[in-house]
Amino acid sequence: MFSFELLRDAVLIGVLLGCFYAAVSLGLSIAFGLLDVPHVAHPAFLVLAAYVVYFLNEHYGVDPLLAGLLITPLFFLFGLVAYRLYYETFEKRGSDAGVRGIAFFFGIAFIIEVLIILQFGVDQRSVTADYVGKAWRIGEMRIPFRLVVAFVVAVALTVLLTLYLSRTFMGRAIRAVAQDQEALRLMGANPIRIKQWAFGIATAVLGIAGALLIIVAPVEPTLDRAYIGRTFCVVVMAGLGSMSGTLVAAIILGVAETIVLTLFGASWAPAISFAMLLGVLAVRPQGLFGRRS
Amino acid sequence: MKRRTLLGGAVAVALLGLDSAALAQQAPIKIGMSMAQTGGLAGGGKASLLGIEVWRDDVNAKGGLLGRKVELVVYDDKSSASETPAIYSKLLDVDKVDILFAPYATVPTAPLMPLVKQRGMLLIGNFSFQVNSKVGHDMWFNNAPWGPADSWASSFLDLGQKAGGKSIALLAADQEFAQNLAKTAREVATKLGMQVVFDQAYPPSTVEFSGILRALKAAKPDIVYVASYPPDSAGILRAVNEIGIGDNVKLFGGGMVGLQFGTVMENLGSLLNGVVNYNTWLPEPQMYNDGTKAFFETYTKRAVEAKVDPLGYYLAPYGYASGQMIEQAIKAVGSLDQKALAKYLRENTHKTIVGSITFAADGEWKESGVVQAQFRGVKDKNIEQFRSPGKQVILFPAKLKSGDLITPFEAARK
Repeated sequence: MFSFELLRDAVLIGVLLGCFYAAVSLGLSIAFGLLDVPHVAHPAFLVLAAYVVYFLNEHYGVDPLLAGLLITPLFFLFGLVAYRLYYETFEKRGSDAGVRGIAFFFGIAFIIEVLIILQFGVDQRSVTADYVGKAWRIGEMRIPFRLVVAFVVAVALTVLLTLYLSRTFMGRAIRAVAQDQEALRLMGANPIRIKQWAFGIATAVLGIAGALLIIVAPVEPTLDRAYIGRTFCVVVMAGLGSMSGTLVAAIILGVAETIVLTLFGASWAPAISFAMLLGVLAVRPQGLFGRRS
Repeated sequence: MKRRTLLGGAVAVALLGLDSAALAQQAPIKIGMSMAQTGGLAGGGKASLLGIEVWRDDVNAKGGLLGRKVELVVYDDKSSASETPAIYSKLLDVDKVDILFAPYATVPTAPLMPLVKQRGMLLIGNFSFQVNSKVGHDMWFNNAPWGPADSWASSFLDLGQKAGGKSIALLAADQEFAQNLAKTAREVATKLGMQVVFDQAYPPSTVEFSGILRALKAAKPDIVYVASYPPDSAGILRAVNEIGIGDNVKLFGGGMVGLQFGTVMENLGSLLNGVVNYNTWLPEPQMYNDGTKAFFETYTKRAVEAKVDPLGYYLAPYGYASGQMIEQAIKAVGSLDQKALAKYLRENTHKTIVGSITFAADGEWKESGVVQAQFRGVKDKNIEQFRSPGKQVILFPAKLKSGDLITPFEAARK
């Protein structure tokens, strides 16, 4: 069953969904893309943020987006502590290589999952806001507001992070540490402190991304598992560490997924992200927007 | 793996004036099971377990069974099918349990069936769907009121046909349970002469349903049959509310898992209005049996502490009924002989808080006890409203009917 209206709608929804994927992947783009930290607990941090937003919305009536903004400093601190712990226990001893670093973050992800279950129970949670559950009508088309919110926030986050990484001293230092840690050390800067700061930023971004997660769909404690594949796929496909690349790669993924979902049968949709990833890695191993090293 | 050895009722036994010392000397009757306490099925699993625990406490307060206390040996299967065979081997070989209860839901139960059949053990099923159809274990008894395989779909499609529906759209999760439902719906639709205009399986990790629903809407079906799992049910209803489903849809719903759980219903609120969905127990006057009210009084108190579904209509009373059935069988047979217990369960009618249960040869209920009910006048963010009758009007079966279908779907949503 094919029609141009369906294709048009699928592309539009795909772009919006892609922006949402971008928003939840940007933090990982810093942590994994720039810092080389195998942060598989990234989606667990994201779900944790969504639950904190839920708590503020449910008990204090705080708007979910505002709640997301409010918790960013808290998540920044959380990121600083998490990286320090990882550094002291793994990176410093050189035992971060290979599977061990991943095991550390898997452990953290499970702990977060269990803590959420203990605190909130296993049921699904969602938030209430004026833009949840309503749609924007354009002629025959209806676009869910929550996806429009995700679109706006994702674009704003991408612009802000790109500016931060290219225009500020700290941002440039983060990029420098990603390129050559030793050179930075020789210049008298402490690469570990810069990496810690960058990990803090990566985690802080999750405050807002977590708000989007619970705005777009209800959350449950094990939701992180559904996002590990997608977020890593976006980041690797984008080319490690490129913010605008992350946005574009996520949009490509969102559009491809939605077109397949709408026009060719939903069963194929999950294969899309990984098929695209393999395709990109085969043709351009450095990713769509990555520089050849 | 978290092990919970749950002992209870000793104090109550002493209060009843029984010889608690003599009772303690005899080894307890162990009932072993795995239950989803984490993972996607945990919401249902925990509520179901609480229902069974309430029964255990009740039966121990009455002096236990065969003069022995009842003890539950429960492991968390993390909602995973890969965990259950090892857990049940352990229950049989290490814990040496006397009776087996199945885990909650189809997916964790399916891989157990060959093991249980091979070991010649009785198994009380817990809300799985058609897991015994190919295995043919003659000591399987499902507590769920599904009845004959096609009764679920036929009750829904019957309502749709009576409302003038001629075409049907099928949207089902790509998982064992939902696919079984979709398969029977396809067969029933063909039997009723309905045209299937849309037939899609979606993967369980789907985040956004707007795209699928646009395609479904474009097919212009009269009836939309949805077989979905809890996270998706909420996503689908949200998308329906946002982008609409078309004025020609007369009936929407059918097999959406999740819309029976208190917190999901609370979260969805008014989005539920108009949806016709299956259920197993509702607080309509016709659904109360001997002991039902007392059970829910206890459950409601304990659910708050246990952080499980505050309503607990869907699974908890059936967990209790599992206990009641095995209690009646053990009392009648006077031993724990598996074959004798199975024979008793197969040949008798069992009175429980969810009604009288008689089993067919395949271990499913002889007559379906599934109801199809339409959500009406539901408001946002209020879980207490679901405790009163009238919020989910029963349309099927006729003997439990508490109202008529409001159609088309768009009109019923207002």
